[in-house]
Amino acid sequence: MLSALLVMSIIAIALGAVLGYSAIKFRVEGNPLADKIDAILPQTQCGQCGYPGCRPYADAIANGEADINLCPPGGEEGIKKLADLLGVEFKPFGSGAEPKPKAVAFIDENTCIGCTLCLQACPVDAIVGAAKQMHTIIASECTGCELCLPPCPVDCISMESIGENLENWKWRYPVYALQPANTVGRESA
Amino acid sequence: MRTLYKFHGGVHPPGNKTPSTQQPISAAPLPAKLIVPFRQHAGEAAKPVVQVGDHVLKGQLIGEPVGFVSSAVHAPTSGTITVIDMQPVAHPSGLPDLCATLIPDGKDEWFLREASDYRTLPAEELRHRLRMAGIVGLGGAVFPSDIKLRPLRNHPNKEIGTLILNGAECEPWITCDDMLMRERAAGIVQGAEMLRSMLEAKEVLIGIEDNKPEAIAAMHRAVADGGLPFEVVTVPTVYPGGGAKQLIRVLTGLEVPSGKLPTDIGVQCFNVATVYSAWRAIAHGEPLVSRVVTVTGNVRRPGNYEALIGTPLSELIALGEPLPDTDSHIMGGPMMGMPLPSTSVPLVKASNCIIAAAKKLFPAPPPALPCIRCTRCAQVCPAELQPMDLFWFAQSKNFGQAQAFSLFDCIECGACSYVCPSHIPLVQYFRFAKSEIRMREQDKLAADRARERHEYREFRIEREKREKAERLAAKEKAAQAAKPVEPPAVAINPDATPETTAQMKIQAAIEHAKEQAAAIKPKNTENLSAEQLAEIAEIEARRARMREMAKSDVEPPKE
Ligand code: SF4
Ligand code: SF4
Ligand code: SF4
Ligand code: SF4
Repeated sequence: MLSALLVMSIIAIALGAVLGYSAIKFRVEGNPLADKIDAILPQTQCGQCGYPGCRPYADAIANGEADINLCPPGGEEGIKKLADLLGVEFKPFGSGAEPKPKAVAFIDENTCIGCTLCLQACPVDAIVGAAKQMHTIIASECTGCELCLPPCPVDCISMESIGENLENWKWRYPVYALQPANTVGRESA
Repeated sequence: MRTLYKFHGGVHPPGNKTPSTQQPISAAPLPAKLIVPFRQHAGEAAKPVVQVGDHVLKGQLIGEPVGFVSSAVHAPTSGTITVIDMQPVAHPSGLPDLCATLIPDGKDEWFLREASDYRTLPAEELRHRLRMAGIVGLGGAVFPSDIKLRPLRNHPNKEIGTLILNGAECEPWITCDDMLMRERAAGIVQGAEMLRSMLEAKEVLIGIEDNKPEAIAAMHRAVADGGLPFEVVTVPTVYPGGGAKQLIRVLTGLEVPSGKLPTDIGVQCFNVATVYSAWRAIAHGEPLVSRVVTVTGNVRRPGNYEALIGTPLSELIALGEPLPDTDSHIMGGPMMGMPLPSTSVPLVKASNCIIAAAKKLFPAPPPALPCIRCTRCAQVCPAELQPMDLFWFAQSKNFGQAQAFSLFDCIECGACSYVCPSHIPLVQYFRFAKSEIRMREQDKLAADRARERHEYREFRIEREKREKAERLAAKEKAAQAAKPVEPPAVAINPDATPETTAQMKIQAAIEHAKEQAAAIKPKNTENLSAEQLAEIAEIEARRARMREMAKSDVEPPKE
């Protein structure tokens, strides 16, 4: 009886030690769940979610502090993916948090006074310029976060919606019901 | 006799090819206006190198290739560029694209044409010339041909064993390749020998479907006349036997694995029209400025026309004399073609056929019904896919699964939609899913880039902060270390911290600049008349007044 107890407790202590050791030795750096969430977020870095960027929002979701429907640039798609990942119900956007069409910032180069304020606001370094030099935007890197708009003292930055062109055009989801048969092909194309 | 193989599936739609092969290829008349799009090939659009108002000659470069996958665009005739703007083009979206509008001067005068012998030129130079001549796949995919002719260094299969010429032309109604082979077989065969030597391929097979006996005979003759060891192979007529992967399978028995290219199994495939235009480009120095196009369908005089790129399609359709009940138009064949948004769009390198459509020829499909899982689509799919499953995933936007079921192996041939008893427009679902997936991949790449840039920026700000703090600390230390050594009485300025000295320097610089400014007198005021001097004085006085006024304006505090 006693020896059995002894053996069991020795095993328990040994396993506990192994577990404790491996917890320290094989510790995962960072938060893997937050990484997965961050991979879903659109990386616009706009702060509309109320956090100073996508990563902090991902951390907040991972810690259960934030809801999943706070990121307008991610669209409903994004919420769906987050819901799938976290195994929770889909939630529509709250009021006032509708996604906007994709846009890039545009600096009116004649008005720009070269104050560098927008440069400091851009989260992805998509603006080039130097003090007292005209600034301009690298459109391919601009995420459309609009953070450069408020700091500009002369209001020379505007958001230009990208719109549809031959490079980003997508085939539509085929819609067939309730259409006159002869327009079907054209309407859906 | 070569053993032929079979590919999976396939359908037999009515060919309707005879009407348009009754007369030889005729040259379409010079239109009053040509609209030449800068994006006529797969990849990056060409960059305009002409300006509005420029006079150009036939074959002169007007758009140069940008980036690796790109091609050149040329003026189809001599004339004046009047506009460069967004014009409607033949694209399923109906969206406009950048085009140059050319008003012909009627002379059709060629730009410098440099005819050369390909045997005297290195392959590298030939590839460059093909790129600059705008040679792209004329079978419909418009992929730049020079890229397909690259040597296969760093490649598991280092050589091309077989060069295949695709003259199958499996799509119903289209006959432009058929007519080209009948009439210009010699050029095709010589072009094939040129491409063969570039690729150093061992054998050349010319695959032609058995519904084109005249073309087969003509090609046989041309091969014999050229004394070349090419093999003209008659393949059975089955749609889509002209798909590159399908033709390769039929001719060689080799299967192009999923996600791989024909070159990975040592085969390269070119459409006969592409080979012909590559030959013209090198041997005659003529860039791709025209192509043969079939005008058929609901028309009185179906036929093939050699038309300039940029010709408005309405003018070509008019040549066929469409019947009054024509209600829409298709570019390409009825299986893979697309409805034209309007007939004012121009002919492009991809346009092999224009079909005037009418209800009696192409009745509107009955409404789609639910899938009954009859698997007929799977039986005919040449890519050996399961279209009913793909349809299910595409319809429910389950893109991950669609990809897992090899959606990207689908060649969009339409065989599945053709046989579906429920009339489900399967291909449209597949196109939708493909473009959705492509877009998502692009978005993902953009997001990754944004994340990287954002992280780098945070790192940079952090580093700048740290460096500044370190600098300050170092300065403080230096100042403290310097103090005891320096006897206070000797110091010029006892409380000279580095900052105040810097400020003094700036102040000194400003003063110096002011002195200089004062020393320089206006240069153009020396020998002026008294009148002018008086005027200047008056202006100066006015300026001073205004300065005063401006100051007094600012002074009262605003509320
Ligand atoms: S709202 Fe903006 S900052 Fe927040 S997660 Fe979405 S894109 Fe990132
Ligand atoms: S340029 Fe403006 S809108 Fe674009 S990413 Fe930078 S801050 Fe955002
Ligand atoms: S042919 Fe049509 S009905 Fe039959 S399985 Fe395929 S999609 Fe379903
Ligand atoms: S369209 Fe795609 S899925 Fe349908 S038969 Fe052709 S290859 Fe197969």
